[in-house]
Amino acid sequence: MKSALEIAAAVRGGQSALVAVEESLTAIRARNEELNVFLYVDEDGARAAAARIDEQVRRGEDPGLLAGVPIALKDNLCTTGIPTTCSSKILEGWKPPYNATVVDRLVAQGAISMGKTNLDEFAMGSSTENSAFGPTRNPLDPARVPGGSSGGSAAAVASNMTPVSLGSDTGGSIRQPAALCGLVGVKPTYGLVSRYGLIAFASSLDQIGPFAQSVSDAALLLEVIAGHDPLDSTSLPEPTPSLLAHVADGVAGKRIGLVRELVDGADEDVVRAVNKAVETLKDAGATIVELSIPELHLGLSAYYLIAPAEASSNLARFDGVRFGNRVDGEDVTAMMEATRTAGFGAEVKRRIMLGTYALSAGYFDAYYGQALKVRTRMIEAFATAYQQVDMIIGATTPSVAFEFGSKTNDPMAMYLNDVFTIPTNLAGEAAISVPFGTGEANLPIGVQLLGPGRSEARLFAAARVLEIADGRA
Amino acid sequence: MTEPLSRDDVAHVAKLARLRLTEDELVRYTEQLGKILVHAQDLSSLDLHGVAPTAHPFGLVNVVRPDEVRASLDPAPVLAQAPDVEDGRFAVPRIVGEAP
Repeated sequence: MKSALEIAAAVRGGQSALVAVEESLTAIRARNEELNVFLYVDEDGARAAAARIDEQVRRGEDPGLLAGVPIALKDNLCTTGIPTTCSSKILEGWKPPYNATVVDRLVAQGAISMGKTNLDEFAMGSSTENSAFGPTRNPLDPARVPGGSSGGSAAAVASNMTPVSLGSDTGGSIRQPAALCGLVGVKPTYGLVSRYGLIAFASSLDQIGPFAQSVSDAALLLEVIAGHDPLDSTSLPEPTPSLLAHVADGVAGKRIGLVRELVDGADEDVVRAVNKAVETLKDAGATIVELSIPELHLGLSAYYLIAPAEASSNLARFDGVRFGNRVDGEDVTAMMEATRTAGFGAEVKRRIMLGTYALSAGYFDAYYGQALKVRTRMIEAFATAYQQVDMIIGATTPSVAFEFGSKTNDPMAMYLNDVFTIPTNLAGEAAISVPFGTGEANLPIGVQLLGPGRSEARLFAAARVLEIADGRA
Repeated sequence: MTEPLSRDDVAHVAKLARLRLTEDELVRYTEQLGKILVHAQDLSSLDLHGVAPTAHPFGLVNVVRPDEVRASLDPAPVLAQAPDVEDGRFAVPRIVGEAP
């Protein structure tokens, strides 16, 4: 499949938008049953949108930066009149009455939604095995997981069903599946992208971001969805940053920190890839500084108190009253209990209970309160590091894609997948995973580039250097 | 290390969270949540006196908009998605019991 940039250029030049849409539909028909990528395919809507874009071009209007580009949307993004489930039985059949801001922005720039992709229920998981509608398979090896929670959006791009897609990243849910599927995945600075219409998991951590086959497509997509939105009170009141224009800036003169804690514990093949990426950046003119940030080791523990605490509060809204499914009960409490018991899966219940416990009387200070202080420490530690370096490099995940069922019985083993990605969410900063080399079973490895808030342009430039060296130019 | 939480704790938390657990689930969640909380105890041993908590990465402040009338969601499609509706409102089972 062509890149988003190529498709948009062709459509703006007069090629029918139906060409890419039909190509996308053919790819979806070929493998969706096997891989379980899309929960809903909007075939008619996509064709109608393509016809509208063709009409715009005929009238001499510009359909926008993503003219005719097919895109896949994680199914925790609200889409008017189109089922939005969060991969949960509690929302099965629900059709939102409004679009997420990111969806409106994509449409305004000519992108065409092909439908909604599978995820771990309510974005809680690292393998897509927690979906109420069955797991998504990794297109590169269907015996393995695609990662999660945005596994469907990663698999859509990795299987060439769409050139780009959107996911959400609360503790690594874009970067980890991007690494496991061989894609570029971006967790933008907190507040850069509006979350209006993103069904909330952990509000102080969630960000929406792009998946793409190339750094340039990821930069283009982020540029389209970024920018202030009065409907999201956490949205940064700043102009949209210029990203695509900086992709070729290179790393000459940049100082890059190789952080021990973001490599320690990773498999040998992953460590080798990170070291090779470091050499590549050095050859391109960067100065490498070896650093240790011991506070990063505390990230996982802090995250698994903060995220469930926020989730237990956010998911209180699923009570069978205003939306979603209801199981009847004799009084309102019995109805809510029956609804939530039948509607939520095992991992969602586990996290709701963990969060409720961490916030409950007698335990609040020891768990949640302590985790918030650790968060302060982590932000300070990153700030100190960024006085010495412009960005940080490390691994995205400890290993390549793993096999189904290998971590499902041990929540802690599954959580450890996110050990390198979580610190960025806690600090509200930016990070990119870029494919670099292969490891076990010839599967892709993701290298992670981290920067302070609003450093996306610089991270894209470094990612582009690695992409070229990896032969993905 | 002692078990950080008991079966009764889990039953209590489930009640607070409006979840009903089977006996099997109670046993399983007690074990699993215990394991996760043991990991979390790394944090309780840290000396963090005097460190301010961070609830939000960029220090949220109140965000207000001009006090102007504007369109909101049309109630009809919203109510059409609700489990039960009566007279243009969300309907729920009885909330208050019979008088004693």
